[in-house]
Parts: sequence; C-alpha cells; structure tokens
Amino acid sequence: MKEIIAIIMTAVLVNNYVLSQFLGICPFLGVSKKLDQATGMSIAVIFVMVLATAVTYPIQYFVLDQNGLGYLQTIVFILVIAALVQLVEIVLKKYIPALHASLGVYLPLITTNCAVLGVCISNVDSYLLPGAAFGLSFAHALFNAFGSGLGFLLAMVLFAGVRTRVERCNCPACFKGMPITLLSASILSVSFMGFAGLVENLLG
Amino acid sequence: MSSRLKILTNGIIRENPILVLVLGTCPFLAVTTQASNAIGMGAAVTFVLLCSNVLISMLRKVISEKVRIPCYIVVIASFVTLVQMIVQAFLPALNDALGIYLPLIVVNCIILGRAEMFAGKNGVFNSALDAIGMGVGYTLAMLVMASIREILGSGTWFGMELPVLVDNNISIMIMAPGGFAIFGVLIAIINKATKGKAPRVKDFGCASCPSAAACGGGLSCAGDGKEVAAK
Repeated sequence: MKEIIAIIMTAVLVNNYVLSQFLGICPFLGVSKKLDQATGMSIAVIFVMVLATAVTYPIQYFVLDQNGLGYLQTIVFILVIAALVQLVEIVLKKYIPALHASLGVYLPLITTNCAVLGVCISNVDSYLLPGAAFGLSFAHALFNAFGSGLGFLLAMVLFAGVRTRVERCNCPACFKGMPITLLSASILSVSFMGFAGLVENLLG
Repeated sequence: MSSRLKILTNGIIRENPILVLVLGTCPFLAVTTQASNAIGMGAAVTFVLLCSNVLISMLRKVISEKVRIPCYIVVIASFVTLVQMIVQAFLPALNDALGIYLPLIVVNCIILGRAEMFAGKNGVFNSALDAIGMGVGYTLAMLVMASIREILGSGTWFGMELPVLVDNNISIMIMAPGGFAIFGVLIAIINKATKGKAPRVKDFGCASCPSAAACGGGLSCAGDGKEVAAK
C-alpha cells in the first residue's frame, strides 16, 4: 500500500510529466486555454495511459522479450497505441455515446501525444527488471501510469486557471501569446520543484 | 534554382520549426541542458527527417489517402529504431544523455508534420532539401537554446569550463523552469526582431498539425482550425 502511494505521489507531484519531464508539452500549451477542454483532454489522457500500459507491458514481457525482439519496441508500441485509440473511439461511439460526446474529440489527438508513448516506454524501462515477478511489477506500472495521468490533469487544470488570467493581462506586445504562456509555465514549474524530496521524507 | 534554395532556407529561418512554428517542443526543452546533447539530438532528428521525407516522397503515389497517417508512422518509427540502434552501438554516452527522448522522436510533430505538409505532395529531391533545411533549423535552434542554458546554468560550453561563470552558475537554468523561461524569452526576441511579421502557426492552419486528419475541426486545438472546418 505504502509503495503504491509512493508511486502515485512521485508521479503526480515530484516527477510531474509536464512540468519536470517535459512530456506532453504540445497539449499542455495548446489545449489549456479553457478549463473544461483541459479537463476533458486530461481525463482522456489518464484513460489512454492506463489502457496503453495495460496492453504494451504484457506485449513487452511475453512477446518481445521472450523472442529477443526488444529492438522492435518503438514500432510495436506506437502502432499498438494508435490502434488502441481508434478501437476505444469506436467502442465508445457504439456503446457509451454520452462519454464519446465529451471525450471523443480529444482521443485522436492523443495518438501522437508523447506523454502516452513516454509512459509506456518508461514503465517498461523502470519496472520490467530481470527477475521481477510479473504480477507485482505490472501492478506498479499500472499505478505509475494512473499517477502520471493524474499529474497531467493537475498541471493542465492549474495552468488553465493561470492562463485565463494571463490572457487578459497587458504585457509587452512581443511577449503576447506563446512567450508569456511559457514564462507562466516556468513559474508554475518552480512551484512543483518544491515537492522534491517529499516522498522520501513523508514515506521513508 | 532559386525556388530550390528557398525550400532549403525556409526551414532555417522563415519557418524555423521550433522558434516560429513551435513544433516538437518536448525534446527541445528536455535535452537542451548541454550543447553536446543538442547537437546529438539535432543530428538524430535531421537523419530521421531526411530519410522519412525521402521515402515518403517516393511512396506518395502508392500510399492511399485514407491510410497515409499510419503508413507515415510506420516509416518514421522504422528510421527512429535504426537511429536508436546506431546510437546505442557507437555513442553510449549520448544514449544515456538523451534517454527516453530518443525513441520519442517518433511522436515528434516536426517529422509527421513535414511528411504530411511537404513530402506527401512534392518530389524526392525537393523533399530532401526541405528535410535538410528543417533539420538544420531545428539543430541551430537547439544549439542556441542549449548554449544559453549550459553557459548560464553550469558555466561550461561543450564541456569547456568558462572563467568566472563556472563559479557563479545559476543552476535553475538547467532545470525545468529555466527551460520554459528561456524558450519564452527566445520567442519574444524573435517576435520583436521580426516585428510580429513572422508567420504564425495559425497561418499554416491545421495542415502542420499531425492530428489534422483525425481532428474534427480544431475544437480542441491551439490554432483556430478554420482550414479544416472550411472543407
């Protein structure tokens, strides 16, 4: 239990995917203009991250590693994620139209989101160690994926709030738009640096 | 001839993929802590861009319109794997420095964006020129950013220690906040220098966005999405 809390807290606060590892910057800068869009996109990201890890992790363990095909990782993962996103969209459209109406538009954007591929690859790199039991490491990888998605949600929601204020402020003309957005992101990321060492001290 | 020169220089200055189009920002912010990493990453991206642009341009009449995005992704992913293997074999230090960002070249918007915008519509030679221009532009932007961050943040440049600065480094510059801040200031300088006349992502519509084919008309994207909506 303690381990799981540590994994989730590390992923959300300490190693936040957007603000400290620079993954998923494009949607972070592009979709964070309105709070509802930011939330919708992030929920879709959480969903796809967990699902993609649930699919790619066993593929790496049972198919690629056991047949000496580790070098095909990048190609296999990106194709699996792309197919998975399409599949999820079709299933949602058919069976849960209400959810499709709110999340559907964000799903295609997620295929090329580097945070999703990033979480799959880093899960395989950090949890799939030689000799590790599959069940436990798989569970840890899933919690890490969930935590990373939550971290993305937190960064997006916080930043959407900051951004609605920044859009209205009167800054020098050459800073309008992208530059001032990046500077605000920088300050937000300073605040996340304060969480360094939190997990070690709190959970020993 | 002059049109070919224009294709080549387009990516370096007028449509610089990073500083003007703001594409492929994730590795740009992440690996620019050292100038040598920036060169390594820039070379890897340029190589993948060149190979994928040439191959996609050769195959542009074979690939059907409806399945082009998956085809492009397969081509790009193959070349990324190739680069990964080369770097792992010959440059292990660079491999450790770039880490996860090396396989992530596959989702770099610049490469898919150029395939979609240029290589899928133009001949092989022009596509190669476009790729070289864009690759050089990307590498130069990375080098500028990495030099600023490395000189201010660690007081070194390509590992050489600089007098005075090495004892007075501002270490936040090589951490995450410094990356965002310097990137913001660089874009502001470009805006000021061009007096806001540089083309914006908006002017390119959704064509530069790799998700344009799938996205219904820019409800969730940064651009206004008029181009797709108009169709």
